[in-house]
Amino acid sequence: MNINLTLIGQLLSFVIFVWFTMKYVWGPITGALEERRKGIADGLAAGEKGQQQQELAKERAKEVLKDAKAQAADIVGQAQKRAAEIIDEAKGDARVEGERLIVAARAEIDQEVNRARAHLREKLAALVVSGAGKILKKEINADVNKNIVDSLAKEL
Amino acid sequence: MAGDTLTSGEYIKHHLTNLTFGQTSDGSWGVAHSAAEAKAMGFWAINLDTMFWSIILGVAFLYFFKKVADNVTTGVPVGMQNFAEWICEFIDTSVRGSFSAKNDLVAPLSLTIFIWIFLMNLMDLVPVDVIPELSKLLGIHYMKVVSTTDPNATFGMAIGVFVLVLYYTIKIKGIGGFLGELTLQPFSSTNPIIKVLFIPINFVLEFVSLIAKPVSLALRLFGNMYAGEMIFILIAIMYSTGLTLGLFAGVLQLGWAIFHILIITLQAFIFMTLTIVYMEMAHNEH
Repeated sequence: MNINLTLIGQLLSFVIFVWFTMKYVWGPITGALEERRKGIADGLAAGEKGQQQQELAKERAKEVLKDAKAQAADIVGQAQKRAAEIIDEAKGDARVEGERLIVAARAEIDQEVNRARAHLREKLAALVVSGAGKILKKEINADVNKNIVDSLAKEL
Repeated sequence: MAGDTLTSGEYIKHHLTNLTFGQTSDGSWGVAHSAAEAKAMGFWAINLDTMFWSIILGVAFLYFFKKVADNVTTGVPVGMQNFAEWICEFIDTSVRGSFSAKNDLVAPLSLTIFIWIFLMNLMDLVPVDVIPELSKLLGIHYMKVVSTTDPNATFGMAIGVFVLVLYYTIKIKGIGGFLGELTLQPFSSTNPIIKVLFIPINFVLEFVSLIAKPVSLALRLFGNMYAGEMIFILIAIMYSTGLTLGLFAGVLQLGWAIFHILIITLQAFIFMTLTIVYMEMAHNEH
């Protein structure tokens, strides 16, 4: 309980401890605290910014979607129009083709008719010749009379 | 517990005697064997127990905080860093609350004062006989564990703070400002003659209040801790008086120790806060 040299010793230890705290302890710890505080603040700000950007992106996405829908509708309309056109074209083509076929068929029928007519003419000529031969009861040389028969057949 | 050969008075006295190293009356250097011998050593003696415990605790505090400071991370703090950051945050808030000027010394000073005093006070919660009895086994007969019950320790710190206060007062306000603070207030007059007449009165008042700062700092801490220690010692004496009183003493000791947790923290906090306030006064004009 006496005041003695301990006083000086304690004063010195106190000074050394304070110096040490100031030099090696306080700075790093409060620095870290400050840095973390800044980091958190930055993070929060970034989060808010991100949210804003998200809002903007949503708006933009809405617009893009609207555009896309309009475009799609446009494309569908065009496609329908084109389809109608194609159908019309096809109908026209078909009509032309049908007509062509009809014409061709008609020509063929005419040909057939002509051919049948020629055939019938020949048959009739031969019939007529044989009938005439029978009527004349005389052998008529078919070769001799062929020219006559042919001209007859043509006249039929 | 009180030794068989000791009376209560001797027991108390034994507990309140420091392990003092100095020059004994026969001229040789050594450890004092009694309180009277320690007193006779005069100023040029040193209390080994006070020095040992205060430095051990101070080094423990610095070791812990240095370790945290070395491994400090700005990411998610874990374990010890949480604790150290909590303390630093608390000190920082206290300093910001009372200290407005810019001085990088004040916060570390406050941290050191708070933790060091707290740790030294904390030794008060170790039952009063444990460490002295253990050191007796090592052949050391006096061991005062609580450094803050030694006025040398409290005055040492208070003088350190006082020197800083004087230094910053003179640094900020100049010698003239410092002397003016001492002599030109609280009484002042526009009449120069009366002003001069007021100087001695002002000086007496202000000088007393200036000196009162370190003295009150030191004595408040010392008185509280000394009284608390004394009560622990008195309770410990009851252990030797029989089973019933011994049990009662156990309850008392527990109660007082729990209450003392408040006191040791509060005293450390008061010392720190007053230091901050004195530093603030040194930095600011009145």
